[in-house]
Amino acid sequence: MCLAEARNDGMCLSEIIILLSAEVICGQDKLNIPVEAVYAGDLMSDLLAQCHTNTHNKTLLLTGLNNPQVIRTAEIMDVTAIVFVRGKQLHDEVLQLAKEKGVPLLVTKLSLYDSCGILYSAGLRKQPDRLR
Amino acid sequence: MNKKKIEKTADTKHKIAFAFTIEGNNFSSAGEASIRLKHALQHIGYPALLIRRIAVAAYEAEMNIIIHAHRGVMKAEITPETVTIWAEDEGPGIPNVELAMQEGYSTAPDYIREMGFGAGMGLPNIKRCADIFDIKTHIEKRGNIEKGTKIKIVIYNK
Repeated sequence: MCLAEARNDGMCLSEIIILLSAEVICGQDKLNIPVEAVYAGDLMSDLLAQCHTNTHNKTLLLTGLNNPQVIRTAEIMDVTAIVFVRGKQLHDEVLQLAKEKGVPLLVTKLSLYDSCGILYSAGLRKQPDRLR
Repeated sequence: MNKKKIEKTADTKHKIAFAFTIEGNNFSSAGEASIRLKHALQHIGYPALLIRRIAVAAYEAEMNIIIHAHRGVMKAEITPETVTIWAEDEGPGIPNVELAMQEGYSTAPDYIREMGFGAGMGLPNIKRCADIFDIKTHIEKRGNIEKGTKIKIVIYNK
């Protein structure tokens, strides 16, 4: 399988882990879930404004925001998994809430910019559509 | 978390009502009221994309109470055709609603921005999600009306 080819059907979380050299913090049982679209950023309202996609889209959140509200916002938006960038040491509250909600958390040492570039180059190019 | 849930009632129109007490500046469970509303809609069988719109509107309204008000109440009424949300707070009120509705305008303090909020998108996001959006606000007590803000959101299942 060539990850460099454009992928209209997204990729699995397990592939993203390899691409980003990410560590799985929780959700080890969910590594086969598909990811079709990506939101990258730290503004939760920005995510809320954008992420109204087709229900079959699976959205990955890339963020540096180490805060429990990220987990709740992710649940509101049906985010599939969260990757924390820049090697964040996650707060206990964040981890606890993610486990409670069943949201897989990954951490990569890469920056947000590099992470986006790698995933985009690997073919993960779909963005969440605007609602209106 | 300080929440009260009114008993779920199902009358001939299959109407379900919720009420949540929201405590200002209490982030320990911020968003949980909206998440519970979302779960109820999933249980009823509302379309997933519509649930997301409703959840976003509720979440932004809930966060506004927590960020800006001393306390508030969020009520929701669900029928097969409509979801209505009322978010009413005991806060300082909004001096300029037109300004508050502009994307990017925010009066939130810095520590709120560190949580990823305070981008000035809350009210615009709510309006964008709603089929009907109504806001009433008072910055000082007038007669029997306390200062604060009341928002009504209606979203149709269509």
